[in-house]
Amino acid sequence: MNESLRPMPVATDATRPFWDAASRHTLVIQRCSHCGRQQFPPRSFCHYCMSTEVTWQECSGRGTVYTFTVNYRAANAHMANRTPYVVAVISLDEGVRMFTNIVESSPDAVCLGARVEVCWLDTPGLPTLPQFRLLPSGTSPAIRHGEQR
Amino acid sequence: MSVNDFPSGDYAIVGVAESDLGKVPGKTALELQGQAARLALIDAGLTLADVDGVFAHTDDRFSSLQLAEYLGLRPRFTDTSNVGGMSNVMHVRHAMAAIQAGLCDVALISYGSTQLTDGSRKLTGLTEDPRSPRGQFVVPYGQLSPIGYYAMVAQLHMSRWGTPLDALAEVAVAARQWANLNPKAYRQGPLSIDDVMASPIVAAPLRQRDCCLVTDGGGAFVLTRADRARDLRKPPVFVKGIAESFSHHYTPLELEDWLDTNVAETADAAFRMAGLSRADIDVVQIYDHFTIGVLQSLEELGFCERGSSGEFVKGGRLGPDGSFPINTSGGGLSYGHPGMFGIFLIIEAVRQLRRECGERQLPHARNALCHAPGLVFSANSTLILGVDT
Repeated sequence: MNESLRPMPVATDATRPFWDAASRHTLVIQRCSHCGRQQFPPRSFCHYCMSTEVTWQECSGRGTVYTFTVNYRAANAHMANRTPYVVAVISLDEGVRMFTNIVESSPDAVCLGARVEVCWLDTPGLPTLPQFRLLPSGTSPAIRHGEQR
Repeated sequence: MSVNDFPSGDYAIVGVAESDLGKVPGKTALELQGQAARLALIDAGLTLADVDGVFAHTDDRFSSLQLAEYLGLRPRFTDTSNVGGMSNVMHVRHAMAAIQAGLCDVALISYGSTQLTDGSRKLTGLTEDPRSPRGQFVVPYGQLSPIGYYAMVAQLHMSRWGTPLDALAEVAVAARQWANLNPKAYRQGPLSIDDVMASPIVAAPLRQRDCCLVTDGGGAFVLTRADRARDLRKPPVFVKGIAESFSHHYTPLELEDWLDTNVAETADAAFRMAGLSRADIDVVQIYDHFTIGVLQSLEELGFCERGSSGEFVKGGRLGPDGSFPINTSGGGLSYGHPGMFGIFLIIEAVRQLRRECGERQLPHARNALCHAPGLVFSANSTLILGVDT
């Protein structure tokens, strides 16, 4: 597939440590040294207490599916031959949420509350994107895509 | 005085109009706004010379100046602020504040778009700066916008409450039934629950017929002081209550519960200002960008219990023969949706309160509620209008 068609992130000074860590296959979020709170997306200061003493915390890379959708129409040329694909919001075990794709499984296998772990999409010359895949065990009782109670 | 402490009934909408609607290849968004503005002023019995405040949004960043120039106005006050589909509802409160502060006296509020003809309304939304929070942390994953966000809400609702897909379809079917009674509606004809559920999936669980239309069109209305309104051509429609709230852009990662989006607090503030309760409302206009948005709003507005909207809308309850009629124009789902629908909620509410709605006229129409979000449950506006102050 042609990754050059994918709309890719462009880092700023504040977010560059996140993308640099991603290139090393490490997922990091910001933690404020002053008030101890976490924030995502990254900012140049803590938006809770305004402190500039924000540090980077390495995450376990694990989380649960908060919610998701399955796209049958592509949002861009890159996704055109990947439909249907899953876009999800993940609650990381460390406490923040992020948007992602859930890959390496059928969309039908994805459900709310499912356990996931980070995996990495490397593209030469472009930022490494964090994606997620389902963890094999512990499927939740939540409904699956398209299923009705 | 806090910002929600406008006196109830001191301001009134005195003229409303939509422009040509549907596919209008020969006109620009500005020309549609101009057409609607002229008709709204005629409706009010006012002229361009009376207008001294212009509130407008379009895809142009400088919309109010563009419209002022087109109409030959030299307004004392303008406002081009844009928070998505509810912007013209927000402009009502901005105009009230401006009039109260003596900055203008007669406010012209308008929107226009040629998104159908332009083909500019792509499901992907407009191009985002790849350095923005959305550009870095949402766009790379191919989220369809805004539909993807509401599909995620629907998934959450179905999972938490067991809401069936045919409950979503009920909203689309009721909208079509109303559109069939509205000569100005763009999409007419039969539509069944099965038709909706057989339409192509776009972003699961939402299907094509769960989505609002893409049309050209514009609208305008005129707002002024209640004392001035009483001398005009049509009976004034008073602003009884109004409130807003604001949250995020397109990265709602700190919104704890996507089924609790601050609508209840916003509506409560509007009801407090109006001195009314939900039982006093006869006319309900809820922004129907997607069918799930209506279910979510019905619950968060307090018209039914949380989680019960799927049951609540069953059996055509929202339609012309139902016990809870809403979106009597046919709504964004079947009347028309030129990108931003807030103004059309107000136009229809005013017409219902003036009893101008012909076949689709509601028998009791004293108080109306309009509710609109902005962007992706990013902001809220609730407006309560009435005729019996």
